[in-house]
Amino acid sequence: MTAAHGTTLLEVRDLSKQFPGVLALQHVNLTLATGEVLAVIGENGAGKSTLMKILAGVQTADSGAILLNGAPVNFARVKDALAAGIALIHQELNLADNLDVGANIFLGREPRRYGFIDKRAIHRAAQKLVDSIGLDVSTRTLVNRLPIGHQQMVEIAKALSVDARILIMDEPTSSLSQRETEHLYAVIRDLKARGVSIIYISHRLGEVKEIADRVTVLRDGKNAGELAKEEIHHDAMVRLMVGREMTRKRLRVQHGGAQPILEVRGLATPAYSKHTIDFTIAPGEIVGMAGLVGAGRTEILEALFGVTPALRGAICIGGHTLRPRTPREAIDAGLALVPEDRKQHGLVLEMAVRENISLPSVRRDQHRGFLNRRAESAICGGAIAQMNIKTPSPRQIAMLLSGGNQQKVVLGKWLAMKPKVLLLDEPTRGIDVGAKREVYGLMEELASQGVAILFVSSEMEEILTMSDRVLVVHEGALAGILPYNELTEETVMHLATGGHRQAAAV
Amino acid sequence: MKKTLGIFGLLAVICAFTAIANPNFMTAYNIQNTVRWTALYGILSIGVAFVIMTGGIDLSIGSVVGLIGSMLAWMLTVKGVSVPLAVFIILLTSLAIGLAHGLLITKLRLQPFVVTLCGLLLYRGLARLLTDDQNLGFGADFEGLRTLATGSFTVAGFAIPVPFFLMAALAIVAGIVLNYSVYGRYLLALGRNESAARYSGINTDRIVILAYVMCSLLAGFGGMLFALDVNSVQPSGLGEFFELYAIAAAVLGGCSLRGGEGSILGVIIGAAVMRVLYNSINILRIPTHMEFAIIGTVILAGVIVDELLKRWVEKRRAAARAAAQ
Repeated sequence: MTAAHGTTLLEVRDLSKQFPGVLALQHVNLTLATGEVLAVIGENGAGKSTLMKILAGVQTADSGAILLNGAPVNFARVKDALAAGIALIHQELNLADNLDVGANIFLGREPRRYGFIDKRAIHRAAQKLVDSIGLDVSTRTLVNRLPIGHQQMVEIAKALSVDARILIMDEPTSSLSQRETEHLYAVIRDLKARGVSIIYISHRLGEVKEIADRVTVLRDGKNAGELAKEEIHHDAMVRLMVGREMTRKRLRVQHGGAQPILEVRGLATPAYSKHTIDFTIAPGEIVGMAGLVGAGRTEILEALFGVTPALRGAICIGGHTLRPRTPREAIDAGLALVPEDRKQHGLVLEMAVRENISLPSVRRDQHRGFLNRRAESAICGGAIAQMNIKTPSPRQIAMLLSGGNQQKVVLGKWLAMKPKVLLLDEPTRGIDVGAKREVYGLMEELASQGVAILFVSSEMEEILTMSDRVLVVHEGALAGILPYNELTEETVMHLATGGHRQAAAV
Repeated sequence: MKKTLGIFGLLAVICAFTAIANPNFMTAYNIQNTVRWTALYGILSIGVAFVIMTGGIDLSIGSVVGLIGSMLAWMLTVKGVSVPLAVFIILLTSLAIGLAHGLLITKLRLQPFVVTLCGLLLYRGLARLLTDDQNLGFGADFEGLRTLATGSFTVAGFAIPVPFFLMAALAIVAGIVLNYSVYGRYLLALGRNESAARYSGINTDRIVILAYVMCSLLAGFGGMLFALDVNSVQPSGLGEFFELYAIAAAVLGGCSLRGGEGSILGVIIGAAVMRVLYNSINILRIPTHMEFAIIGTVILAGVIVDELLKRWVEKRRAAARAAAQ
């Protein structure tokens, strides 16, 4: 620890906030010292986002106080919070990606010269900021040319440009690769040394352990506990978040001798046309696909599912050989895909839960072109019960559900289709611990019924606990297949990074 | 449903206002005429509603009306083609136009606005080329065919125009397709999120193409009726601006231009609003050059009131929910 802790910079006292129908925050307290990295964790709906929005001036509290250096402050607008040195970096980046880095950093606060934007001044100042956080790009680069990790750094530079003393990061690593995450850690440590305080919100407990000086846990809008640096352990965090122990260890099943249900032969995706992929999955087997972000894992799933058809190769599923050109062909062959981005690809957000769940099956259950409402209701009721989807009614609009329940709706869509092979792309991204366990439970249940499961995950813990076998992908090629008994964080990372062992986060 | 009620209220207000200002509005003759024209425009509006629900647009409707009307008159009066064959050819032509639009939009990924804007220009030109830009009329011939547009059935002492029955039949079919068929469900799903629809195994291209085919087919059918109704086809003018009337009717009736939303009944009432407004302008002796300005103002006012009302209701509901806690 480099900066001196102890001087309290920010204090939140007894903060409450009510939304129609929900008490989002109830008498929440929080303190933050100068140069401290405070992790705020909790399940979805625990009130983390609301608290952060209030701190950043996006929303106002109903009661309670915020003290900055001991003096009460009141942020009616984002501008007020920024002026006080508090900047929020949203999970979804808010950059104008058609503009260059410099223009983004000074967006809305452009230095003027004779009434025109002074570009030279912008780039001079912006380059300094960008260099200071070790980002090696020209500020004249268009933001859409930058990888996502660099875009995140631009957001940080933007926050620093207003002399932020407190940086709030909401799930900053959700779309970063391992290397980009490492860079982010380095930047955070450097900011800390410069006396900047950071509030770090994450679902990834491994990260919290890595970076946080202290952890504050929220549960159901209330303080659930605090952990000092030396108390930060995975189990302790989970216990405070869910209020119960999390004990699950999968019973491994050996599938060595079984006849494969899915055989992938010489598959080449358009993104990595030079490499071909070969593997098989047995019925009832859960296979993880690990690799860095951008290694081509999503592309492999999308080729299998016919979203972006493979260039070469074929898949053999239950004795039937094809190269799917559309999702419909893949579905007809017995595949199902739970896509990574559920809002874009998984759900029709404005439609009812029931209509979302029945979307793949209405065609099969039709009466000569007409909807079979009875079958639809039955399928929907079954999925809601089996997936434990929390919705006031099947007619509720999917948009209004929490992330975890939305994900369960996407899974529920496929239950009635009785897939032979279920493909899952980051199945637990952005959902809370409780929903995660339900997703894992369903994966195991389906596997026990003989469904073959292939899932992509960037969470090492998920890969290690859920997989019977792991395919590791590196730059579009299959770097290796790890059986259960060879499965460790090190072996996976070694293959995922192309054999160059890097300082893996332990 | 609530949106449909709102537009129905607007229609009632305009009707009441006009009827009070000039009792001639309520004469059987005037009502009949207004119903007939509402039906003709309604047929076009049903078609474009399907396209709008996919999140697309069809700007070529007016020109399709012009081309099909001109083709019909030209085939029957100049070329002496038999009536059934002529009708078959024009329906086939409309279908081909819609198919072309749909293929260009789905397979070539061209923007609907661009494709159908070019259609608007192209079909108008073809209509004028075909007829040498001469006006054509049916005269007193083809009475049987003209009954489709100008005839009426007397029900309970009131002569109801034939186009009303045609529109009603089409509206019922369209309503059933939209609300009770797999196609309708797919249409609404893909209008809101095409990608999610595709990931669910829906052949989205086919659904979209079919929507454009239906739109052009109804435009062609409407074009035939319009030509028979006016009995004098002016290739450069028949159907001009009709696409805008149809789109306005669909939007008034609750279709969102973002796609995925709409009701057939609402669309029909929307078409009625357009026609009644037009009729009021005539009947109240407002100078006709004010027509567009008035129609534009009323539609804008209607949309604004609808939006404000929606927000007001939402706010009240939120307040009620908070109070219930």
